[in-house]
Amino acid sequence: MKNVEITLNVNGRDRTATVPPRMTLVDCLRDMMRLTGTHVGCEHGICGACSVMLDGEPVRSCLMFAVQAAGHRITTVEGLLNDDGTLGDLQDSFWECHAMQCGYCTPGMLVASHALLEENPDPSEDDIREAISGNLCRCTGYQQIVEAVQMTGKRRREGASHG
Amino acid sequence: MKAAEFDYVRATSLDEVCRLLADAGDQERKIIAGGQTLVPLMAMRMARPDMLIDIGDLAELVGIDDRGDAIAIRAGTRQRAIERSDIVSERLPLLAKAVRNVGHQQTRNRGTIGGSLVHGDPSAELAMACLALDAVLVMRDATGETEMPIDGFFEASMVTNIAPDQILTEIRIPVWAGRRIGTAFHETASRQGDFAIVAAAAQIELADDGTVSRAALSAGGVAPAPVKLRAVEAALAGKRPDGPAVEAAIAGLDDEIDPETDVHATADYRRRVARRLVSRAIADAAMEAGR
Repeated sequence: MKNVEITLNVNGRDRTATVPPRMTLVDCLRDMMRLTGTHVGCEHGICGACSVMLDGEPVRSCLMFAVQAAGHRITTVEGLLNDDGTLGDLQDSFWECHAMQCGYCTPGMLVASHALLEENPDPSEDDIREAISGNLCRCTGYQQIVEAVQMTGKRRREGASHG
Repeated sequence: MKAAEFDYVRATSLDEVCRLLADAGDQERKIIAGGQTLVPLMAMRMARPDMLIDIGDLAELVGIDDRGDAIAIRAGTRQRAIERSDIVSERLPLLAKAVRNVGHQQTRNRGTIGGSLVHGDPSAELAMACLALDAVLVMRDATGETEMPIDGFFEASMVTNIAPDQILTEIRIPVWAGRRIGTAFHETASRQGDFAIVAAAAQIELADDGTVSRAALSAGGVAPAPVKLRAVEAALAGKRPDGPAVEAAIAGLDDEIDPETDVHATADYRRRVARRLVSRAIADAAMEAGR
């Protein structure tokens, strides 16, 4: 049961850690790399709170051992910040629409919505609900989350057409 | 909810995987690809392997190849790649419809077709589609390659007919040559992406006179393993797939399924839903074939 030294590219930076093989990716991100934005909820792939991007695609970081991610590219919710450390536009829209109450699901919702907007800049309400269908929220009833994603898409499209 | 300790090897070739499996001795060595079934099983300590052999980065286990009369899908191909594949949507529309019901985008990005088949969940959609279409499974061990029909592969809930030293490498799914072919996949679940309570798959070919020349049907969530509905298929053959003919064919369904009561639904409820979903899948596939 040897520990393994791994290097992950997290939010654009190579990070090295020595981990037991049984450590999940989410535990590695939170406990070894101190990136506590990613939340750990159910630990068996149901709730979506731990969603991160792996090589550009959203995945559940509780359903992966950190060793499996060695050599791969990870984006966590911290990676959605602007370069100057202020909230990114999607995070800003969540704040503006009050798309959260307790905030537990929020990092997963942000990552799932970010992945959707990367692929589809003009998603319908159905597209958004499908994209976040793997993320459970017990507070909001999802409505404000949908609105926040729509607002982000709209602002990006307007920004692009004006820019 | 933490897995027990294990040793980890990232495989660099299929030969290495077969060697590691052959040399297991008293150890339980398990292959991990996407891990979307295995990791939860390990977290709940329902699986406790001594070693995980990671095939996630093996390029030789990824790809979708059109071989004319069949599509060969390498076992490590991600469910999301199947969902996005033009070959699959054009040549295997039933599989394309089934894969959209598998979990969520986050799990389809990791989960593989091979992992879905070898775990043998009784309501697994890809297993149902492959079973309906009489897929052939290609297995490998240290001594070489063997092919086996998928019929008989699913033995019980989460139990499949694969030896501890074997790896599933490829799934060959026959493509039907006819023109008038239609498909349908229906399922009922508590929420989108949840495990199916009951699911039904149908692929139907119509002859020029509008009668059924060929039918492939399967159901999930209705027995300890997915079921190929042979009696219903046989009863449909040569019939015009209208309401009364479908109703008559469905009469044979009850003897082919063996649902169990669990926390999600009673056995009786599953029987009733199965009758409706299989009827609807047949009707929709026939309608699509007739267009």
